[in-house]
Amino acid sequence: MKFTIQINEGPYQHQASDTAYQFTKAALEKGHEIFRVFFYHDGVNNATRLTSPPQDDRNVVNRWSALAEKHNLDLVVCVAAAQRRGIADADEAKRNGKDADNLAPGFRISGLGQLIEGGIQADRLVVFGD
Amino acid sequence: MLHTVNKSPFTNNSLDSCLDCVGNGAAVLLIEDGVYGALKGSKVADKVKAAMGKVTIYALSADVKARGVADKMIDGIKMVDYAGFVELAAENDKVHSWL
Repeated sequence: MKFTIQINEGPYQHQASDTAYQFTKAALEKGHEIFRVFFYHDGVNNATRLTSPPQDDRNVVNRWSALAEKHNLDLVVCVAAAQRRGIADADEAKRNGKDADNLAPGFRISGLGQLIEGGIQADRLVVFGD
Repeated sequence: MLHTVNKSPFTNNSLDSCLDCVGNGAAVLLIEDGVYGALKGSKVADKVKAAMGKVTIYALSADVKARGVADKMIDGIKMVDYAGFVELAAENDKVHSWL
């Protein structure tokens, strides 16, 4: 079965991203397909490579990057939500005249259409937020 | 249909709203702070027990254990792990998150 996952909250403040990660991992382990993971609203904060949590804590961002690499996941960050919150890849940084970019490996920035397509193409859309 | 509730019923009315709306035969999965909705003897316990006549209520075991309330669950609440959550999402035709 194909799943699209939507995440509306950032790391550490809410459990949404943790639950979504465990759900995604369990779905992959059961042989399901993750069509896309869409990061929306404060969820875009899961995509900054500049987080440095204590070593004995989970690294929410790196964990997503690693899962994406292992399973070739499509991690999509909403462009409008990202611009508001200072999440940028090299192209976005250049386009907006910023001096740095911070998008973590395995993520890409795109539009809301990607969420709509995810909802249409997948058998289930599961939303995690607060 | 699968309904997920992630809020404590003592801070938010999403469990209440969910139980008012669920159809016969639906599944309700309590996750995150939502697992407090499955506590025995709480002020929402009677409503939860009454709902169990028409829907099946599950609680995510990792979240129950993390909050130290495993021995305080209402009888008949079914424990599921993340794999069980995935199964519920696959078995039901839609998933609604009461955020």
